[in-house]
Amino acid sequence: MHNLSSGPEKSLASRHVVELSSVQFAWNSGSSSVIDIDHLHVAAQERVFLRGASGSGKSTLLSLIAGMIAPQRGTVTVLGQDISELPSATRDRFRADHIGFIFQMFNLIPYLSVVENVCLPGGFSQRRRSRAEHGGTNMHAEAVRLLEHLDMASPELLRRPVTDLSVGQQQRVAAARALIGAPEIVIADEPTSALDTDLRHAFLDLLFGECTRADAALIFVSHDAGLAPRFDRTIAIGDINRTSNATNRATVSEHA
Amino acid sequence: MILSLAIKSLRNRRFTAGLTVLSIALAVMLLLGVERIRQQSRESFTATVSGTDLIVGTRSSPVHLLLYSVFHIGNASNNLRWQSYLDIAQRPEVAWAIALALGDTHRGFRVLGTTSEYFEHFRFARARSLQFSQGKPFQNSRDSVLGADVARSLGYKLGDSIVIAHGAGDVAFSTHDDHPFRVAGILARTGTPVDRAVHVSLEGLDAIHLPAREQQYDPLAEATRSTADVHERHTTRASSRAVTALLIGLRTRGAALAMQRYVNDYATEPLTAILPGPTLQEVWEILGAAEKTLFAVSSLVVVLGLAGMLVALLTSLSERRREMAVLRSVGARPAHVFGLILGEAAFLTLCGIALGIGALYVTLVAGGAWLESHFGLFIELGWPSTHEWGLMILVAVAGVLIGFIPARTIYRYSLADGLTIRI
Repeated sequence: MHNLSSGPEKSLASRHVVELSSVQFAWNSGSSSVIDIDHLHVAAQERVFLRGASGSGKSTLLSLIAGMIAPQRGTVTVLGQDISELPSATRDRFRADHIGFIFQMFNLIPYLSVVENVCLPGGFSQRRRSRAEHGGTNMHAEAVRLLEHLDMASPELLRRPVTDLSVGQQQRVAAARALIGAPEIVIADEPTSALDTDLRHAFLDLLFGECTRADAALIFVSHDAGLAPRFDRTIAIGDINRTSNATNRATVSEHA
Repeated sequence: MILSLAIKSLRNRRFTAGLTVLSIALAVMLLLGVERIRQQSRESFTATVSGTDLIVGTRSSPVHLLLYSVFHIGNASNNLRWQSYLDIAQRPEVAWAIALALGDTHRGFRVLGTTSEYFEHFRFARARSLQFSQGKPFQNSRDSVLGADVARSLGYKLGDSIVIAHGAGDVAFSTHDDHPFRVAGILARTGTPVDRAVHVSLEGLDAIHLPAREQQYDPLAEATRSTADVHERHTTRASSRAVTALLIGLRTRGAALAMQRYVNDYATEPLTAILPGPTLQEVWEILGAAEKTLFAVSSLVVVLGLAGMLVALLTSLSERRREMAVLRSVGARPAHVFGLILGEAAFLTLCGIALGIGALYVTLVAGGAWLESHFGLFIELGWPSTHEWGLMILVAVAGVLIGFIPARTIYRYSLADGLTIRI
């Protein structure tokens, strides 16, 4: 358990892009908490493997980090900002500016082209648009550049409706979208679970490469323990979330 | 950003969206069309008679008198005597008095016996007088003047000879074929019952009725008699002539009530005088029920159109729920998601209204002549009235309000789903 976050690292808070302390969250006030985490941090540019079976509260945890929801107790600090104090509209803008998100599937807006899908964050965040345009390129050129790095920039692919892309191709487009405008944090919620094993590693290679290039920290959620060794650190949600049930904790801790 | 997303999303669903717009457009077109027809029929109804200060008949209900004298609907229960006509016409406050005799038909069209003064004094709409599209008023007892519809549907032209039947109805039981009439004039279209009437002189009616009443009719003798001869014979018989109703114009309108009292108190025979305006209003109130039903039905069609939009929006939501989670992940606020759906509802409704108005005008321009010739409906081409704009605004507001339902649903979804994609 050496790689689990714990108290003494608090002194390094300034280097942490994400820090949770004494966080409790329940969907309804009165019902029992689904999240009860004493401490969790992610350092800048760190690649964290977040492991947990369904029901361990990982989606809720991601929603807390992304500022979709605010905890009833404790603080969620992202990039030095306590976002649990912010009004929800400000949290939404904060997410647009600093966080790229990759879903398990259905990442793409079906009626937008590949490039339009990649450029989507620029429509909600001035910061990411100007960062993408930094260096004389425009949003579109930056999207194509990212897609190129992900082997998705052939003119034939760019012209295709996104609904005609394979799942692996869709996930790469989603990765390009999460990375455009160089957000500090990329969150990927089981992005490889719909892919074959070969494709999983290829996708991970591409994602790592682009996160390094963009200096982004990566929070990667999966229940596929085989991927864990490739990360800087593994966090088993079952171990840090006190509300997780015993079965989850048992299965999760065997690898860590 | 949200706007361009909304447009692209709609373009992606253009078939469903198009159908929704189409159904709203058709509903709006129907609503406006019905409103136009309502408006026009009310106007043409109240414009049926104008410039006439009083209508006089034998004692009956005002509505009945109005219906048979002006609309040629139903029959008079009794005729009034020629002497009454003379008494009334000679009153100092009376400017003109036109005698009307009804009761005969020509191939389903009512025959109106009157005097040539009718063409001079009768007014409809806003004081428009009768115009001749061909020919001129009748000169003698063998002349007739046709309404526009009669001439058109029976294909008559000037100089044609027509035979009048006794009694109303398509298949008359006795025809006065001994006294054919010649078409001397055809009136221009008025949009009133005048269009469906055959006008002959009172003398002409006498010529076909009196011999029969006297039971001593000799067709050969009648045929050889000169017109002047017949005319003279009829003037002498005028005292026994009966008329159905009188149209009266007064020198001053202020005298109408006094004159009405005079007629109602007329001692020799029981008579009724009515002011056309209030009575027209009264009849319209009766017809109003049908008119209101028509309006209710077309309003319901609009409700159906909007309900169709609601169904289309709601069914699209389960699919769009994922889309909303993606948008939320890139920084869209719940308010954006709400606005996306609400805006779509508003846009579809406005497109529907615009298309509906456009389609109505195209129909009116292209099919106006056909409507007029087949249904006698003349619908004015004008800018929408304030009332119509009001209806359109009402539809638009209803569309936006309906949009709140799916918008609220997706808003709740997006709050509950957060960053979860529901499969």
